[in-house]
Amino acid sequence: MISLQNIERIFQVGDEEVHALRDVSMTATDGDHIAIMGPSGSGKSSLLNILGLLDRPDTGSYELDGVKVSELDEKEQARIRRHKIGFVFQFFHLVPRLTAFDNIALPLMLAGMKQDERQARVTAALAAFGLGNRAQHRPDQLSGGQRQRVAIARATIMQPSVILADEPTGNLDRNSGIEVVEILEELNRQGITLIMVTHDPELGRRAQRQILMVDGRIEREAEG
Amino acid sequence: MQIRDILSFSLLAATANRGRTLLMLLAMAIAVSSVVVLISLGDSARHYVIDQFSTLGTNLLIVLPGRSETTGGPPPLLGATPRDLTLADAMALNRARTVRRITPIIAGSAPISVRSLEREMLVLGSTSELYEIRHLALSQGSFLPPGEPTRAEAVCVIGQKGKKELFGNQPAIGRWLRIGDRRFRVIGVLSSSGVSLGEDLGEVVIIPVAAAQALFNTSSLFRILVEATSPEGIEQTRKSILDTIRVRHEGEDDITVITQDAVLTTFDRIFKALTLSVAGIAAISLVVAGIMIMNVMLVAVSNRRAEIGLLKALGASRTQILGLFLTESTILSSIGAGIGLVLALLGMRLAAFLFPQFPLQLAPWSSAISLGVALITGVVFGVLPARRAADLEPAFALMRR
Repeated sequence: MISLQNIERIFQVGDEEVHALRDVSMTATDGDHIAIMGPSGSGKSSLLNILGLLDRPDTGSYELDGVKVSELDEKEQARIRRHKIGFVFQFFHLVPRLTAFDNIALPLMLAGMKQDERQARVTAALAAFGLGNRAQHRPDQLSGGQRQRVAIARATIMQPSVILADEPTGNLDRNSGIEVVEILEELNRQGITLIMVTHDPELGRRAQRQILMVDGRIEREAEG
Repeated sequence: MQIRDILSFSLLAATANRGRTLLMLLAMAIAVSSVVVLISLGDSARHYVIDQFSTLGTNLLIVLPGRSETTGGPPPLLGATPRDLTLADAMALNRARTVRRITPIIAGSAPISVRSLEREMLVLGSTSELYEIRHLALSQGSFLPPGEPTRAEAVCVIGQKGKKELFGNQPAIGRWLRIGDRRFRVIGVLSSSGVSLGEDLGEVVIIPVAAAQALFNTSSLFRILVEATSPEGIEQTRKSILDTIRVRHEGEDDITVITQDAVLTTFDRIFKALTLSVAGIAAISLVVAGIMIMNVMLVAVSNRRAEIGLLKALGASRTQILGLFLTESTILSSIGAGIGLVLALLGMRLAAFLFPQFPLQLAPWSSAISLGVALITGVVFGVLPARRAADLEPAFALMRR
């Protein structure tokens, strides 16, 4: 359950104030599939950052699963990110010196899980995402689709309640893109809330709710 | 995070970029090895000097004629020279309770000849007590016979090297040699005890003090060596020497008493200060290495913005990021220090091989110091970059590719 109330976010760029988000309110129930759409600079990514606790709103409140997370301190927000939120990025953001296995294991490592426990979970995840024979490959030895699958495996290894995806297909060819979207939608069917920022209208139509943003506001919302 | 994970993650990150890692290790290694080598050299020099002093003898006091410090009052009209120390003065010192033994010394250089061979050598006039006080050792024969110091027996003990030069490989005991225009019979040869504070005991001729007085035509002593019964008795002995001589010299304090302890302490202090100041200069290179670590880590932080943003997105707190980057800089500086220590060890080995006459060795505490210094440098100069990493806003850090 996600609830945003009257979120404002203003950036200072030089001596100009940029209103990234103006009075944004939205809710999402568990298992929702939401596409956030809109032109460049409309505030899609800013909204996603607020949802992911990567950025703090200037005003407004954010409630996640009944907790007012906008009022938590840095350490507790990090804990929420670790346990409740999975991120999937356009440019994958894999650590280049780590193998696929170690990249997927990163959240478990940060959470302090012991090595032998990690082993089992990561191996299972690798198999589930069809990466069983790629465990010891580094990102530069993987294809784009494989990299994004590693990233999704990493985002889901902590069994979060929400996946936030920022243009997850933006850097992939068509076939890999479809593959990745199908994986995300399958996770959504299993009950994870999926919120995806995208430019692609076709991808947007697949979501059950579409939020169109223009100039920092939610311009309109459509169902279907 | 588990400590093992922090270490392996940071180690991998630290070694991912070979060029920068090598550069940093080099800077740290040079800095640490120069500090360790300089400290060790200073420490070796200190040991050398102290060892030299210790060979003089134990619980030793040295009485010199004249005052080393000036006192107030008008300058004497007739340029009063200090009163001489005489043999009688020396004998009077023997009466103090804390004195074990004394020996007067007259020193001078004189031509020594055996038939046509002639050498200029140091001639010491002394008594049989010199043997114990200076811890001398004989290779052949016997030392000056005990007895009244005023008896000028025509016997002498010669050094190892002098014996070789004058007599070659032939036995010297019982032979006669000529010092100036007097003849002396050789009764003993010193074993080679090396150089002791500039007095080459290999090239010395020791004769009875009375004979030396006659030889050099003087009654004044060069110095008196006094051995106290115990280290605790040294101070009391010093007082009683001053008192005795004052009484004998009509109330004038015109001698100087040096205790071996005081000399040792002074040298110890001087060399410690010297070592520290040299180490301080070398420490500048540590600072340079530290700044290099900071620089390299700052570059690493800005190169790895996206990674830092990612770690935060995956749930790493500010403290965790701080810890990861501090560990990374500390690992780098520690490895550098380790290499530096090995370099220093090899350097000192080489120096010891090239200059075997000096006791060169690594100062025992230098490895502990270098490890400590490396850890401190890594932490101190790693703090700024690590804080910069920890303070990165994840949203911005992830924005750029």
